[in-house]
Amino acid sequence: MSRFILRRFLSLIPTVLGISILVFFMIHLIPGDPAEMMLGERASVESLKQLREQLGLNEPLYVQYGLFMSRLVRGDLGRALRTNEKITTEIIQRFPATIELSLAAILIATGVGMLAGIISATRQYSIFDYLSMVVSLIGVSMPIFWLGLVLMIIFSLHLGWLPLSGRLSYFIELETITNLYVVDSILTGNWTALKDAVWHLIMPAFTLSTIPMAIIARITRSSMLEVLRQDYIRTAKAKGLSPLTVYFKHGLKNAMIPVITVIGLQFGILMGGAILTETIFAWPGIGNWILNAVYARDFNAVQGGTMLVATVFVLINMVVDILYAWVNPRIKVS
Amino acid sequence: MTTTAAEQPGQAPKGAAEKSRSPLWEALLRLRKNKIAMAGLVIISLFLVMALFSPWVAPHDPLEQSLYDKLQPPVWEAEGTWTYPLGTDDFGRDLLSRIIYGSRISMLVGVVAVTISLFFGTLAGAVAGFYGGIVDNIIMRLMDILLAFPSILLAIVIVAFLGPSLENAMIAIGVVSIPRYARIVRGSVLEEYSKDYVQSARALGARDTRLIFVHILPNCLAPLIVQTTLGFASAILEAAALSFLGLGAQPPTPEWGAMLANGRALILRAWWAVTFPGVMILCAVLGFNLLGDGLRDALDPRLRE
Repeated sequence: MSRFILRRFLSLIPTVLGISILVFFMIHLIPGDPAEMMLGERASVESLKQLREQLGLNEPLYVQYGLFMSRLVRGDLGRALRTNEKITTEIIQRFPATIELSLAAILIATGVGMLAGIISATRQYSIFDYLSMVVSLIGVSMPIFWLGLVLMIIFSLHLGWLPLSGRLSYFIELETITNLYVVDSILTGNWTALKDAVWHLIMPAFTLSTIPMAIIARITRSSMLEVLRQDYIRTAKAKGLSPLTVYFKHGLKNAMIPVITVIGLQFGILMGGAILTETIFAWPGIGNWILNAVYARDFNAVQGGTMLVATVFVLINMVVDILYAWVNPRIKVS
Repeated sequence: MTTTAAEQPGQAPKGAAEKSRSPLWEALLRLRKNKIAMAGLVIISLFLVMALFSPWVAPHDPLEQSLYDKLQPPVWEAEGTWTYPLGTDDFGRDLLSRIIYGSRISMLVGVVAVTISLFFGTLAGAVAGFYGGIVDNIIMRLMDILLAFPSILLAIVIVAFLGPSLENAMIAIGVVSIPRYARIVRGSVLEEYSKDYVQSARALGARDTRLIFVHILPNCLAPLIVQTTLGFASAILEAAALSFLGLGAQPPTPEWGAMLANGRALILRAWWAVTFPGVMILCAVLGFNLLGDGLRDALDPRLRE
C-alpha cells in the first residue's frame, strides 16, 4: 500500500510540471503585448517597460520559464497588480472560504443524494423512484448560476428568510482561527456568529450542491440495484433479517465503492468550479478572486491562482485514488 | 459484414418475414422504445425548429428597442400585453424574440465546440493508440494535463488570455473537452489493433489511414456518438456560463447567458428577465442529456453507469 501511495505521488510530478508549462505559456496566448494588455493603451512607456521587466518578458522563453519555475518552487507567485499584495498571501486568505463552501456543498450533496439513491433502489419503479430520477436528470442539466439567482429572488427578496450574499453580516464580530467561519464560531463559542455564518452558507452551498447531488443520487441508485440483485442479499432476507439491516449493512456497504469515487471526484470539481456560485453570492473565495483578476487583466494573478487550483485538484484526485484502492481490496495495487 | 438476428443461435425468432437487420437498425429500434431518449429528441427538435426558423417564429426583432415599453411584465401578469408575451427587458426588447434567437447561438456553439473537440480528440486518440510508444506517451500526458484543470476554470482562463468573445469561448470550450474524445478513441484503437481482422487487413497492404478510419474507428462509433450528444449539453451550459460572466457573447447579442447577466441587474424589478433565459438553458441542456443517456442505453449497454 505504501508503495502504491509513493508511486501515485511520484506520478504527480510530471503532471504538475505539465500544468506549470501550460499555465506559463498562457500569457503568450495574449494577442499583442501582454504588458500593454495589462496596463491599457494609455500606459506610459516607462511603466510598460517596468512591467515587462518585472514579468521577465524581455528574456528568452526558456529563461522566462526558468524564472517562473524557480519562483514557483519557492512558493513565490509574484504580486497582484491591483493590490500590490503577494499573490500567495491573497490566495491563502481566500482559500478557506472556498473550502468551507465546497465542504458544505459536498455534505449536502452526499446526504441528500445518497438517501434519494438508496430509497430509489429499494423501491425501484415506485413513484418516488421515478420522481427522484427525473429530478436528478434535471439536476445534472442545471445552470447553477441561474438557479442561484432564482433562489435569491425567492428566499432573499420575496420571503426574506436568507441573506442575499457574503459570508457574515457586517455587524457580527468573529475571532478567526481557521478562517472557516462555521468552525471558528464553534471553537470560540460564538453562537450568534455561528447562526449568521450558517444562514449565509445555506443558499450558496445548496446551489453548488445541485449537480453533485444529482450525480451521487444516480450512481448510488445504480450501484445499490446491482448489489441488491446478488444472492447473498436474498440469503440475508431469507434469514429473516430486518430490511434496514439488509439494505444498510449488507447492501450499502458493498455499494459504496463507486459512490465514494464519485464523491471524491465531485469534491475536486467543486473546489475549482465554485467560480460561478462564488460570483453570484459575492462569496470571497478563490474562484471569485481569479475571476476578478481576469476582469482586471491581472494575468500574473490569474496564472498564480490557476496554478494553485489545478494543483489542489490533482492532489484531491490522488487522495481519491488512494482511498479507492484502500476501500476496495479487490483492486490489485498495480 | 452484417450479423443478422436470424443467424444468431438460440432465441432467434423463426418468423419467415423476419428481415435481416443491421446492428445500427437494431439500435435505432431500441432507441425508439426508450422514452427518455425520445423525450430528449422532442426537446432538441423544438430547439432546432426555433433556431432554424427564428425570423418566422419570433414576433419581434431581437435587437429592436422600444423605450416606451421598458420592463413590461409577461402577458399573464396584471399589466402584461400580448404584444410582448414574455415581457421586455430594460431596453424594451421583446424577451420571447430574444430567447428564440438565443437558440440559434446556443446550437451554433454546440456544433462548433463539439466539432473542435471531436476532430482533435479523435485525431489525437487515434494517433496515440495506433503508433503507441513515445507518441502515445506525449499525447496522453498532454491530455492528462488538460484534465488536471476543472473544465470551467480552464475555459475561463483560456478566454481571459485570448480576449472575451463568442468565438474564443467556443474555441476554449472545444479545447477543454478534447481529452474525453481522445481517451475513448485511444481505448478502442488499442483494443481493436491486435485483433486478427486488422492484422489481416494490414497484411493485405492496407495503409495506416485506411486501417484507422475504415477498420478501427467504426468500432468506437457508439461511445463517440454518446459522448458527442452529451458534449452538446456541456458545451451549451459552459458557453452560457462564460457569457454570463461577460467572457463569451457580448451585448446586445441575444445569448441566454448574456441575457441572464443583464437580467441579474434587474433582479429587483423584473423577475421575468432572469427566469426565462435560464429556463431555456436548462431545457436545451436537459434535451441533449436525455438523448445522450438514452443513446448510451440503446447503443452500448456496456456503457451503463
